[in-house]
Amino acid sequence: MLQIPCPHCGPRNESEFSYGAEAHIARPKTPESISDEEWASYVFLRDNTKGVLLERWYHAHGCRRWFNLARDTVSYEILAVYAMGAKPPKLERKTYV
Amino acid sequence: MTQPFRLAEGGRIDRAKPLAFSFNGRDYRGYTGDTLASALLANGVHFVGRSFKYHRPRGIMSAGPEERNALVQVGEDPRTDPNTKATQLELVEGLRSMPQNCWPSLDVDIGAANSLIARFIPSGFYYKTFMWPASFWMRYEHFIRQSAGLGKSPTSRDPDRYDKSYAHCDVLVVGAGPAGLAAALAAGRAGARVIMAEADFEIGGSLLGQSGETINGRPALDWVAETLEELRQMPEVRVMTRTVCYGYHDHNFLTLMENVSDHLTEKPDAGPRHRLWKLRAGQVVLATGAIERPLVFPDNDRPGIMTANAARSYVNRFAVRPGSRAVIFTNNDSAYAAALDLEAAGVEIGAVVDLREDPSGPFTEQAEERGILVLPSRSVVATKGGKRISAVQVGDIDVTGTRIVGAPQEIACDLLLTSGGWNPTVHLFSQAGGKLRWDEAHACYVPGEAMQKGQYSVGASGGRFGLQGCLEEGYQAGVAAAAAQRMKTRSRKKIAFEASDDDFLPGRWMWLPPTPQPAGRGGKQFVDLQNDSTAADLKLALREGYRSIEHVKRYTTTGMATDQGKTANVNALGIVAETVERPLPEIGVTTFRPPFFPVTFGIFAGRDVEDLLDPIRKTPMHGWHESNGALFEDVGQWRRPWYYPREGEDMHAAVAREVKSCRASLGILDASTLGKIDIQGADAAEFLNRVYTNAWSKLAVGRCRYGLMLGEDGMVMDDGVTARLSEHHFVMTTTTGNAAPVLAHLEEYLQTEWPELDVFLTSVTEQFATITLSGPNARHLLAEMTDLDLSPDALPHMGITIGEVAGVPARVFRISFTGEQSFEINVPASYGLFIWQALMTAGQSYDITPYGTEAMHVLRAEKGFIIVGQETDGSVTPLDLGMDWIVSKTKDFVGKRSLTRPDMLDPERKQLVGLLTDDPNEVLPEGAQLVERVLDRPPMPMLGHVTSSYMSPNCERSIAMALIKGGHARKGQKVHAPLADGRVVTCTIAESPVFFDPEGERLNG
Repeated sequence: MLQIPCPHCGPRNESEFSYGAEAHIARPKTPESISDEEWASYVFLRDNTKGVLLERWYHAHGCRRWFNLARDTVSYEILAVYAMGAKPPKLERKTYV
Repeated sequence: MTQPFRLAEGGRIDRAKPLAFSFNGRDYRGYTGDTLASALLANGVHFVGRSFKYHRPRGIMSAGPEERNALVQVGEDPRTDPNTKATQLELVEGLRSMPQNCWPSLDVDIGAANSLIARFIPSGFYYKTFMWPASFWMRYEHFIRQSAGLGKSPTSRDPDRYDKSYAHCDVLVVGAGPAGLAAALAAGRAGARVIMAEADFEIGGSLLGQSGETINGRPALDWVAETLEELRQMPEVRVMTRTVCYGYHDHNFLTLMENVSDHLTEKPDAGPRHRLWKLRAGQVVLATGAIERPLVFPDNDRPGIMTANAARSYVNRFAVRPGSRAVIFTNNDSAYAAALDLEAAGVEIGAVVDLREDPSGPFTEQAEERGILVLPSRSVVATKGGKRISAVQVGDIDVTGTRIVGAPQEIACDLLLTSGGWNPTVHLFSQAGGKLRWDEAHACYVPGEAMQKGQYSVGASGGRFGLQGCLEEGYQAGVAAAAAQRMKTRSRKKIAFEASDDDFLPGRWMWLPPTPQPAGRGGKQFVDLQNDSTAADLKLALREGYRSIEHVKRYTTTGMATDQGKTANVNALGIVAETVERPLPEIGVTTFRPPFFPVTFGIFAGRDVEDLLDPIRKTPMHGWHESNGALFEDVGQWRRPWYYPREGEDMHAAVAREVKSCRASLGILDASTLGKIDIQGADAAEFLNRVYTNAWSKLAVGRCRYGLMLGEDGMVMDDGVTARLSEHHFVMTTTTGNAAPVLAHLEEYLQTEWPELDVFLTSVTEQFATITLSGPNARHLLAEMTDLDLSPDALPHMGITIGEVAGVPARVFRISFTGEQSFEINVPASYGLFIWQALMTAGQSYDITPYGTEAMHVLRAEKGFIIVGQETDGSVTPLDLGMDWIVSKTKDFVGKRSLTRPDMLDPERKQLVGLLTDDPNEVLPEGAQLVERVLDRPPMPMLGHVTSSYMSPNCERSIAMALIKGGHARKGQKVHAPLADGRVVTCTIAESPVFFDPEGERLNG
């Protein structure tokens, strides 16, 4: 059970949150003008990152706010928390083989 | 009964407090402070069970959590626990225990015949033999499980109570041996909040079973007592005994099971039996010790064979002589300590058989000084005895270390102690993601790089085996852990520990000592005694081509039973490494997973059972429904009236009456469970435009609109009616089950995609009670209760008005899910019951009829209205439903782009159609599969399935809806529903799924 530092409520158990998968995937501005492949990529395809992943979380059973996390998917260490719409902080990316 | 093997003095048992207990139907005596295992040994009982596969006699082999043979069934149905390790079971007055895995009895066991045909039951035997024909596997498995099972589970419900608690601390110390105590002491002195958890009922760990150890010049157990006393005085330190830490999860989240009352003769009336602790620790100190590894040699499983350290523990801690004449078989120095302690307790030492060519080390030298016979460069090549060992055969190892030379020598004994070295208890470290490192000198895996922060492995569990090292490492870790939690150390007292610091070296590491015959011939060389897997089995798996250690483990089941290979794993790795001639670390290690120790199922349920399993949501009118005979159905967590049977009515009759009354005069429905979301803000209309398939900007104030909501994949997610209360204020209704997911979906888009929109969402589901009046007399009744203008001009279909009903503030929606003239009255929840009763009273003159969800379903199906989740299943688009009319061509909305992907335009997609059985009295089962042509037997190509099916009293026949491949183009065609009972129902695809009042005239009256 991860302990997630909600920017509004403080550290809480993972069971209070919903996972929102990879962050910084913007909804296409004009969906009608892009190809089927581009649209499918937006809807369905996500990276399967080994290492630092920027991801979204939702404090569903708390403040009901969305926010971003930088989390290492190998060690599960949470490296940064930042607001929706904010630029991700500069992080050293540990590489795993 | 006497205890013939109990020592007259010494030990930590309380001779003033005798206890009576039984095993295998016989009565025995023990003392407070005994485990079941030590008490049985005091009574001379070694033979306690039969092995898993071959039903060979087995005895007590350890004194700790690694026990793999002495598993007993404790208590009586329904208060019974299977697979309880006798070595960890604290003796309590009246304890009743039975051996397992034997039939008809321990002494005479029919399954032991397996032993005679063992040659023909190699590993994988069951897989290889019983796999054909595949359909018979289920039947074989039943018999295999019955003959090979471990204990028996209770047959009726568990009468005990279990609990769950959360805990937080700065420093969790797991294990209360010397290293753990030192760590807790240091952290506690620094003011940290400390929890020290110990699985045993006594504090002291390995020191409890040793003799002669000193700390700072005084008996080690005195230091334990003083330290414990100091810890107990600290208000922020909590010492928990009988508490096993079995799981180490993410971010220093650990799970522990506390045994609260098993050891009490008088069980308290209140409180749980066991408690699950979910603990979040700032820092974790693992001081879990080490487990002695047995040696692998022929017939190494007879009762009377145990690890050297276990015997030492029985003598020193429990004052029990585990035998009269012992032989010790070792490859390292530590076993000699057992020889010394046993000799001092009056056990005759036949010999120490040592694999080492030139035995040395502090204990070895002491034993030699005492005149104990040491046989170097020798190996036990056979054992004798049936239900107890009677002799060993000892062979000379040649200079190459690979062969036995000369004739073996026989030594009589009733006890054989073995030591193959020590394995640090790295399970929790490994569960937490830590990497293990092979320690070549000590021949064991030790903690390498930890994955999680704030974690310390100290003492033997960290690979530091000497007592002084354990104390120092533990104390340093305690200091560091407290500092990491920003404690300011109050005591600057320099701490030094003075104690012995010997480990068990030197050793000679032979994973499979030489035998006169190759593995598989002669006696069985058991590696995993709980699963009866042998060295020969491992070699067979390798010969058959298994290479990955994970595959070898599964094929041979080595390390897979309730002891999880605590003693078997490293021996198995060593044998595999030797066989494939590769260094052991290259073989890899199998993964350690929780639980470290078997835990009771009850703790996971805790009190969340029966009524507390899941919250029940009730509407404000629930009490009325109950007292008026409603039967209920669960819709998510909501409990909704299903139908209201009158005396003598079955469900069919009651639903038919409710449905007819609604169309004939007036029905009333409790619709409070519908999800309601209040939407406010300058951009509210634009927001709705983006989340619904249809357009919202031009919806007038005081009007409602039906909306369909899609996921971004284009699939129908929810539907419902939304009303515009004012320019910037809407109220949305959702389906009952989807209220929370829809709100989450809307919040996600609002916060993550369109934060620029000025919109606020609030769930108001529980703030309003909703009552639906439906039927030709709906307006007449409502008009009696309100001054609002209900005329069709003032309040047309899809209108909303706000005012008072029966003196209560109300929102009245004119919307219909039945096809009748229908009003949904929303009042503050606290008025729900009042207004329901007022409507029921005034409605008597219209023969008002309360109807439940079943009638509601029939009424909507007569009109061809869909239910999201019934007609849809996450793979259905609006086009599939024939609802193109609600999909805007001009604006963008969530999911729109997906609707033009090629797969979505495939004419052979499953599409929603109305379905009429050729026999009007035949009601199809929902979920029935539909085919174009009926074949003799399955499989047949399937066209689709029935989504809704009812007997419709108003249509006077059965009606159904179905999703059928290319259904829209198949109108008028026949399809067939082959049913489970063998009948085939022929149906016709209807022109329209609207079966009743297709023109919708009743709505607008």
